[in-house]
Amino acid sequence: MSVRIENLSVAYRTARGDVTAVDGISFQIADGEIMGLAGESGSGKSTLGNSLVYLDPRMKTTGGKVTVDGKDLPIADNNAMRRRRMTDVSLVPQYAMSALTPTRKIGKIINDLLKSHKIQNRQEVTAELHRRLALIGLNEDVLSKYSFELSGGMRQRVTIIMSSLLNPSLLVADEVTSALDVSTQRAVGEMLLEFRDRGYIKSAIAITHDLSILAQISDSIAIMYAGRLAERAPTSVIVDNPLHPYTQALLNSLPEVGVRHDQVTLTGIPGRPPSLVNPPAGCRFRERCPFAFEKCTQTPPFEEIRPGHLVACWKVSQEQTAVTAGAGQEQA
Amino acid sequence: MTTLKLDQVSKIFPSTARGGGLTPALRKVSFELKPGEVISLIGESGSGKTTIGRILLRLTKPTSGTVTFDGKDITSYSTRGLREYYRNVQAVFQDPYSSYNPIYRADRIYDLVRSSYFPRVSDKEWSAKVEGAIDAVALNPGDVLGKYPHQLSGGQQQRLLIARALLLDVKVLVADEIISMLDASTRVDVLNLLVKLKRQGMAVLFITHDLSLGNYVSDRTIILRHGAIVEMGATEKIFGNPQHEYTRMLLTAVPELHKKWQHAPLAPVGAAAVTGAGAGVISQSGQATALARASLLDEITHAEQVVKRDLRAMFGGGRAVASGKSQVAVALEPPALHEFEPDHLVAEPE
Repeated sequence: MSVRIENLSVAYRTARGDVTAVDGISFQIADGEIMGLAGESGSGKSTLGNSLVYLDPRMKTTGGKVTVDGKDLPIADNNAMRRRRMTDVSLVPQYAMSALTPTRKIGKIINDLLKSHKIQNRQEVTAELHRRLALIGLNEDVLSKYSFELSGGMRQRVTIIMSSLLNPSLLVADEVTSALDVSTQRAVGEMLLEFRDRGYIKSAIAITHDLSILAQISDSIAIMYAGRLAERAPTSVIVDNPLHPYTQALLNSLPEVGVRHDQVTLTGIPGRPPSLVNPPAGCRFRERCPFAFEKCTQTPPFEEIRPGHLVACWKVSQEQTAVTAGAGQEQA
Repeated sequence: MTTLKLDQVSKIFPSTARGGGLTPALRKVSFELKPGEVISLIGESGSGKTTIGRILLRLTKPTSGTVTFDGKDITSYSTRGLREYYRNVQAVFQDPYSSYNPIYRADRIYDLVRSSYFPRVSDKEWSAKVEGAIDAVALNPGDVLGKYPHQLSGGQQQRLLIARALLLDVKVLVADEIISMLDASTRVDVLNLLVKLKRQGMAVLFITHDLSLGNYVSDRTIILRHGAIVEMGATEKIFGNPQHEYTRMLLTAVPELHKKWQHAPLAPVGAAAVTGAGAGVISQSGQATALARASLLDEITHAEQVVKRDLRAMFGGGRAVASGKSQVAVALEPPALHEFEPDHLVAEPE
């Protein structure tokens, strides 16, 4: 297991007290795995991704443990993290467009980065940088340009190259395809796959609200709702056989190519996610869930229903118990 | 019949990039928007789709060509005529957060409509009208009235803006990327609302880069590339049987849940390719990879540069082009459209 996260909680300090945006989340990512992390705005998916790389002063961890390649990742300790960034964990930020300073040329920005990480073999790394630029079809003269001279897709690809230059074990890619056109989206998505296949990044978390992109690039998908994980399974299982009512509703609200309003009327999910300032007890999707019943006032465990398929839902675990009990009787 | 009609509309912008020059944003675009019809205007960044919206709203003047509403040229309106035009044609834009003034309550947008269009309506009648419009966009007036923009979700804000258009009882709604900033769970509600309004006779120009959303709501589809129409016609014909290479390419790039992209691994890069500089924006060095080719955006910027260079060579700089409209028309000649089948036009390859 290259990345292991146990019971991680992250809170924002606010005037009205702590707001727990990530609430006791556990999961693992294998070597070579791209995990998709999806959810609505405010579900805590970006907070989770960011906290693994940089805990900004508004955030604090309230518990949990993260290990990368068997070594502890001290996410609460900014100074210790400084040595781990870029090599162990790295982030492609959500607003990659604005992550590049407009006052320095791209090549200079990358040089600064290598200097501040005290990279010894800088020439070797620079040669590798040129090789990777050529690989994805970017001319090396982008290095002598300012960020505003590049198109959105080029900027996005440059930031991914920068973030993965030192071959991190875990790359957190936060909404890297969201502001792009379909064809550029595809180019950026395939670039992530290519970098994984070539071992430039050992594993990745791709954060997005767009499930159809994740269906293309990720090996497994985790669905997040109001600070907790609702479901986690291999991509094909989430897409074809989702169990959590929230995952099902999310998939039902996606129009596919070829579907028109006069043939199928899609439905959204009524209501809004609960406020995290004072979240309700029990299952947090309860208010919007068409299947909610009494037991949902207790918090459902995030348990493994089938190998590799974890769900936090009372209805699913009850049905599962019924099925296994039924099978047991038949055998008896 | 209130029809909005574009006839051979072109627009040339002075370029902001280093080196200056001119960018043709639209090249002789013609189409009609009829009542009760939703047209999807699909194109990538820089294809001119937003420029069309801005021209329809009279926020931008076309370089050549005419736009008529009910047979009247929209550039000919007097102040009063323009007010009347805006009663009929309204827009909702991509970013709801920047459509509101954050220091006022969100429902101030309705007060502004009232003071300019309905000054004589009584308070009681007006609030009934506002509540009716909010109800029509599937919101609960009690939940949203009196709130500040930051207290509302993006979907709520976007629907309040559509309700504003309903208050004016508009005939044409220009919806410029109104879905792209919303969560998947609320997207569909806004789309279904557009379908409902269309059934009530409103014409909608749905500007988007998302093909699956465009396909879901629209009756007709227009695919734009480099400011020219490459394919146009009934939505099911365009999506069911795309003829232009560009349309097909766009469709293969759409991420679908149940169909994986064909990912071809890239060829290894030799030392020669690394040092071979000056090959243009797209790698021409034999390693013209799948990734590079898929990145049409770069190709567009490249194509724009080529067109600009041609324009400069022909007319010797910006001033000559601006003064000689007829000459521009020649330079901007879009690929010819021919009829592939009834209600399905396809452009010649460029």
